[in-house]
Amino acid sequence: MYSNMKITINGNIREFTYESMTADELVVELKLTGKRFAIERNGEIMPKSLFKQFIINDGDYLEIVGAVGGG
Amino acid sequence: MNKDELIIAGRTFRSRLLIGTGKYRDFKETRSAIDQSGSEVVTVAIRRTNIGQNENEQSLIEFLPPNEFTYLPNTAGCYSADDAIRTLHLARELLDGHNLVKLEVLGDPKTLYPNVVETLKAAAVLIKDGFDVMVYTSDDPIIAKKLEDIGCCAIMPLASLIGSGMGILNPWNLEIIIDTLSVPVIVDAGVGTASDAAIAMELGCDGVLMNTAIAAARDPIMMAGAMKKAIEAGREAFLAGRMSKKLYSASPSSPLSGLIK
Repeated sequence: MYSNMKITINGNIREFTYESMTADELVVELKLTGKRFAIERNGEIMPKSLFKQFIINDGDYLEIVGAVGGG
Repeated sequence: MNKDELIIAGRTFRSRLLIGTGKYRDFKETRSAIDQSGSEVVTVAIRRTNIGQNENEQSLIEFLPPNEFTYLPNTAGCYSADDAIRTLHLARELLDGHNLVKLEVLGDPKTLYPNVVETLKAAAVLIKDGFDVMVYTSDDPIIAKKLEDIGCCAIMPLASLIGSGMGILNPWNLEIIIDTLSVPVIVDAGVGTASDAAIAMELGCDGVLMNTAIAAARDPIMMAGAMKKAIEAGREAFLAGRMSKKLYSASPSSPLSGLIK
């Protein structure tokens, strides 16, 4: 039986039925597959090349950003 | 005729007009305006992405493919060196290692005037981290020179406040900056209409970066075309070398001899 994990994503707390997950799994959960974005975990960039290995844990805080119109 | 190109950190551009992508009605209008302007460099902001709210929401990148344009991610909204550095590291990851960036560290939300102390700090770190830094700054020639000395690849002084449309308020300072620096000087912010852009280029600026002057025009697409022509006209006038001003002596253009009697 999995316990829920809580992650703060862009300032909002989200719950997942995992104990821990890889960044790849998170991308699927958030329906971000194929989109262009960058993730920072606890203040550190997570390189896309390491998404398969990178483990996200209960209590992590993430910033997920994209490019928007701006001057 | 020699090719007159703008070279920034080894990248070559035909257009000297750099465009911001904010404040347009929609992405289609953004794209049309940029096409009309002939601009090759487009600035973008880095913001939290929507998570799950709207899966089919269109994104700016779909309308401006990064293989067609040179992206210039900015640090708009950053008020400290640390925030700006963090933002541009995310931008580099977002854009697959693209390292040409626009650094701006603001000092005050009301005027959006740059905080040059934090700007200098951030620029030094970013350059050490391998970024090519185009930097928004005040029109202070000493700060502009310092930013060049620490390795910024283009210095971008304001013409007037961001989004103000007040035009070029201190052409004398801009001239000092242009005369003093060797890296490209690009006027960034304050242009209101085509003549402002032409004046910047006549002063000898290497380019102009603008957003609101186009996006907030009644017809942004037509204004984008006007800006393109203004930049080209101003550049040619600068290269051609204007006549000297003669305040008190008129000189007729027609011959004085052969007048009918």
